[in-house]
Amino acid sequence: MHDHLSLKAIQKEWHGTVKSYLIGFIASFLLTTISFTLVSTHALTGHTLVYTIIGLALTQAILQLLFFLHVGQEPKPRWETIVFFFMVMVLLIIVGGSLWIMNDLNDRVMSEMTEAMSHD
Amino acid sequence: MTDFTIHHTPDPQADTSLPDPNQDTFFTTVLGFWMYLMTDCVFFAAFFATYAVLHNNTFGGPSSRELFSLSTAFIETMILLCSSVTCGMAMLAALRGKKNQIIAWLAVTFLLGASFMALELHEFTHLVESGNSWTRSAFLSSFFALVGTHGLHVSIGLLWMFVVTMQVFYWGVTVDTFRRLVVFSLFWHFLDVVWIFIFTFVYLMGVI
Repeated sequence: MHDHLSLKAIQKEWHGTVKSYLIGFIASFLLTTISFTLVSTHALTGHTLVYTIIGLALTQAILQLLFFLHVGQEPKPRWETIVFFFMVMVLLIIVGGSLWIMNDLNDRVMSEMTEAMSHD
Repeated sequence: MTDFTIHHTPDPQADTSLPDPNQDTFFTTVLGFWMYLMTDCVFFAAFFATYAVLHNNTFGGPSSRELFSLSTAFIETMILLCSSVTCGMAMLAALRGKKNQIIAWLAVTFLLGASFMALELHEFTHLVESGNSWTRSAFLSSFFALVGTHGLHVSIGLLWMFVVTMQVFYWGVTVDTFRRLVVFSLFWHFLDVVWIFIFTFVYLMGVI
């Protein structure tokens, strides 16, 4: 009996519903299909296409975090949400920082090489 | 029992008919596993950054545009999305305490996950057999590192799913199996979120 009651108590803390999974599924299905179609039919080109599919991917990730992983729905204090935003910060520093440094390095080394070549 | 109550300050007004050490275990386990998932995210971020830096360094070998099949990647994405939803359905069955439904939904999830891995391994063997393995160029090294790490996670997830399904089969829905199902479902949904970015940054942007 004790086991049964505490199971009930735990189940109350879990947030999924059929509705949330269906919304998540339909939205993800549509977003994936849109980005796939945009790329395969060349409906958009260049930077517009790149930014559009990145936007669609971010939207889909946020929707899945909300509807599948239930981020931000736990009781206060929201440790999971806090840890999540800390991770996003670390992620932005790692990815943004790496790309910034490496592209900058690439530009500098490449322009020096072109200069050195033109001196010859 | 004393192990559970070390950090527990008893409330004098608490309802003693419901001593509930398992509930504490549930919260700490889920939070701890969530923290692991977040560090795993950072791990994947490092691979994504590596891939973004190296994806043009083909060393005279084939580029992503010549190698990747967009339709295969699209099918893989849809399979993984469906498996994420069927895993959620298993969780909803666990909420209602329906043992057979949990096992059925997890079986569907397992089959979808296994077919995802089959497609990915097929793609990998095709690349290796045509001489484009991870030793070919920095681009392919970073590609195999990123997508292979995700595939490794899915494979471990399949093994884990099998173990959890067996536990549900033998023990039914208890405090322990429910907690394990919750933790496993977090892992499985998380892998789908990571795949969205692999599909977009590796496959879609690779063929533009």
